[in-house]
Amino acid sequence: MLPIGTEKLSDLVQKGATRAVARALSMVENGHQEAGLLLDSLFGAFFSSMLVGITGPPGAGKSTLVDGLLRHWRERDRRVGVIAVDPTSPFTGGAVLGDRLRMQDHASDPGVFIRSMGSRGHLGGLSGATRDAAQILAAASFDPIILETVGVGQAEVEIASLADITLLVLVPGLGDDVQAMKAGIMEIGDLIVLNKADRPGIDQLEAAVRASIEMIPEGRPVPAIVRCSASTGEGMGELTSLLDALIAGAAARDLDRRSRIRDLLQSVIREKGAALAGSLVAREFGSMDEAIDSVLSGLTTPYRIGGMIEGMLERNNEG
Amino acid sequence: MDRKIRVLIGKPGLDGHDRGAKYIARALRDAGMEVVYTGIRQTPEAIANAAVQEDADFVGLSLLSGAHNHLFPEVARLLKEMHAEDIILFGGGVIPEEDIPGLKEAGFRAIFTPGTPSSEVVDFIKKEFTS
Repeated sequence: MLPIGTEKLSDLVQKGATRAVARALSMVENGHQEAGLLLDSLFGAFFSSMLVGITGPPGAGKSTLVDGLLRHWRERDRRVGVIAVDPTSPFTGGAVLGDRLRMQDHASDPGVFIRSMGSRGHLGGLSGATRDAAQILAAASFDPIILETVGVGQAEVEIASLADITLLVLVPGLGDDVQAMKAGIMEIGDLIVLNKADRPGIDQLEAAVRASIEMIPEGRPVPAIVRCSASTGEGMGELTSLLDALIAGAAARDLDRRSRIRDLLQSVIREKGAALAGSLVAREFGSMDEAIDSVLSGLTTPYRIGGMIEGMLERNNEG
Repeated sequence: MDRKIRVLIGKPGLDGHDRGAKYIARALRDAGMEVVYTGIRQTPEAIANAAVQEDADFVGLSLLSGAHNHLFPEVARLLKEMHAEDIILFGGGVIPEEDIPGLKEAGFRAIFTPGTPSSEVVDFIKKEFTS
């Protein structure tokens, strides 16, 4: 760790110092005890950058697409941040994070900050720290910030609530999977990218997507659909202009602030509440495992422990 | 605090053979580490920059082309330039015995030659991380 205090680190982050930004990202990722303090000092940046979420099944070409977007925005002198989340193995806790592989052209560009994260057991395709990590990149004046995550089911609705704009990337050959996805995922994408459009099956894919979109209830926003091939660059022009228009629209709307703060506050309450309740359990029983032993031996139940925690918190409130 | 060991595996230079690099990446993952793999044909600048952005605890370089005496020390130099000399370096690949002292001099804590069991790399990292 750098021998500097959180206040100094916060200063350096806002100046965009690479090492400081990287260290700050690790602090939030590791749940460092001063992470809250750091994020508090950077809260002014909470709304300052556009968050662009990119999700889709493995192998859909998300990272290649991100590479194309980086090129587009760098040509326009935007400083772009990327947070690429890959799944952590539930068995070993390890992860191979390979999204950089497709973004090599930007590896030594100081105007691009790419950070790979393991999902570390967090459900929903994102890492628990993604939101906080995005805030740190925003404080370092990266705008837009791309959040890339694998998603095949309904769990990644989370990315839509976090990002200002969400791109859903699909490819031919998914077959009936598109049918399975339609209920949830079709409603979260602002832009549906039909990637690898040079492959057979693209017409069927588009037909299936359009059929799903027709089921979106009236009054709800309908996502735009664009065909492209991220690896050849075909269709990227249309995609980037659609995306830039969506970003401009989202910036002008500026309406999601209240719900964003609600989401943030709720998750802070959940985290702090869980930590506090966990420490009360540990104080009462010695440890979580000892509490489980008590339940197993029939001395108490999880619900009784819950009631006990409630009682302790209430007494604390009154006192 | 949920601190995980982060290792960046990089392949500098023109050699495109990354079986060894991927083998080590998987072994480190299976040992519970987070491994960032940069892909083949990276410049030393790209690797050093990625190591800093990723806040890697370790950087492992793999090279089979014979250019290690130039490329490995260059990554070490760039990391120092970026005030990231606390990142622990190790290397692997087809590296003659007689080149190893020079690479250690340049800041590489360990050099693993062909045939090294992956567990040896895992043990090296775990030991260096706690010390």
